[in-house]
Amino acid sequence: MSPKEYNVQGGGNFPPTRWSVVAAVRSDDSAERTRALDVLFAAYWKPVYKYIRLKFSILPEEARDLTQGFFAELLERDLLSRFMPAKSRLRTYIRLCADSFVLNEIKHAGRRKRGGDVVHLALDFSAAEGELHAQTIDPASIPSDEKFEEFFDKEWIRSLFAAAVRKFRESCASAGKTSPLILFEAYDLAEDDPPSYAQLAETHQLSVSDVTNQLAWARREFRRLAKEELRALCSTDQEFARESTTLFGGKA
Amino acid sequence: MDFLSDKALARLREAEEWPDFSATRYTLREFLARGGMGIVYLAQDQVLDRRVAIKILDSADLDGALAERLNKEARVLARLEHPGIVPVHDAGTLSDGHVFYVMKFVEGARLDQFLASVASLAERLRLFLRICDSVSFAHSRGILHRDLKPSNIMIGAFGEVLVMDWGLAKILEPDATSNSRPAVSSGALLSSSNTAPARSSGATQDGIAMGTPGFMSPEQAAGKSADLDERSDIFSLGKLLEFIARPAANQDSARLSRALQAICDKAAAVNRTQRYGRVAELARDVSRFLDGAPVSAHRENPWERSLRFYHRYQAAILLIAMYLLMRTLFALYSRR
Repeated sequence: MSPKEYNVQGGGNFPPTRWSVVAAVRSDDSAERTRALDVLFAAYWKPVYKYIRLKFSILPEEARDLTQGFFAELLERDLLSRFMPAKSRLRTYIRLCADSFVLNEIKHAGRRKRGGDVVHLALDFSAAEGELHAQTIDPASIPSDEKFEEFFDKEWIRSLFAAAVRKFRESCASAGKTSPLILFEAYDLAEDDPPSYAQLAETHQLSVSDVTNQLAWARREFRRLAKEELRALCSTDQEFARESTTLFGGKA
Repeated sequence: MDFLSDKALARLREAEEWPDFSATRYTLREFLARGGMGIVYLAQDQVLDRRVAIKILDSADLDGALAERLNKEARVLARLEHPGIVPVHDAGTLSDGHVFYVMKFVEGARLDQFLASVASLAERLRLFLRICDSVSFAHSRGILHRDLKPSNIMIGAFGEVLVMDWGLAKILEPDATSNSRPAVSSGALLSSSNTAPARSSGATQDGIAMGTPGFMSPEQAAGKSADLDERSDIFSLGKLLEFIARPAANQDSARLSRALQAICDKAAAVNRTQRYGRVAELARDVSRFLDGAPVSAHRENPWERSLRFYHRYQAAILLIAMYLLMRTLFALYSRR
């Protein structure tokens, strides 16, 4: 599988892209490697930060340091090169690496000062902290490891979908498709219960069938972009199929 | 606004997976199951205000073969109006090209789950006879099920027994709409290319095995599509009978009576010429077993015959024995 086969065109159920961060972080091409790390960090930093904050009941400041430290260690120790796709999913591997890193850091507290010569990522931790508060999660309500795993997985999905939504907005803006985007934001991205199609039609002076069609198009486009994001984060077709089911398969 | 609320997240996941039925009379309510080529949802029929189940194709279908198969399944179900076969209400294609059909929503349990609550062998065998009824009816309409197994049998809340999932069904005759039994014993199978006017995509090509290991006949497992006839389903029924007759707790170790085991063995014989020729013959043997009568699949020795005779007329024999004993005792007492 060539890491150069990146292609964002297409549609249908499965994205044609075969570009994968796991392959690209091992590339000799430094630009390719940087791009892969950008994608990886963008998808994982928030889930990792929130997971560390909740699972280890760590204060925001310390969780920021640990998150920075974890990604720095991921780079320094080239941990991704040890990931074996046949044995686990990438997100499970990253969560386990984060667990191990934080436990080690707690055990050897103060052994090493982070933020000196290590890589420093420009991450918006206050936004992540705000999201945690918006979710009003009580750590006591998720006491088991399984619950934390579920939490991490859910945050990973949230992060992946957020990236797909960003791309969808860019794509609509560049194509001049404002109406489907507005409807999609009003209905699918509504924080609480969405308005009915009839209400949307009245608000935007459209027919109900126009609303239906535009939303159907928007969802198809969002789906395509989300699958592209997902494909990039999976190392094999099998992993992609599995993750796709987890992500979109409801009860599967 | 980058943050997606939990509700938005759930909506996006559902929107991804759930097809858009908003232009139809149906509203999707709940994911029910995922099969080999489709997903089944619980939906509400807004016009008739009732719950229905909708099966919709969700796999990649580049050449339209799967869509044709789903359509064929709907047509097969429409042809099979029987209380033991889930009825189809509607079929169609969504604006995005997804093919679907609407069927009765059956509330109940799958046979494999239901059997855990049925201890009596007689009750289990009566369930089996009702499955035989449905399959026999389908055969009389020229249709083979080809995927009979516990998970494809539903027991409804009111005890109705329904044979589900006709996705692999094979049509034996091009236009088997009459009540007369199709001439299937010759083994000559007409593929669905003979029934579908446009294409033969629903047909199974020779060399491609479709079914469930453990329940599909050897000829089906070998992909010999042209060789399939009623006896292929009879093989599956034999395996199903064995599954049903053994208590769930010890599926592998429990021993069946020799007559019942012989019925299972005959139905699921590797050589299809040694199987029952008709589902009705298999059902008759099971009924006879239930009634304590001799079965065609097993030749009894005198001891077995006596034992069966005793079991069948146990009450009468005990009464006569009691009577004779009393009479003997009375005679002895009178002599004193």
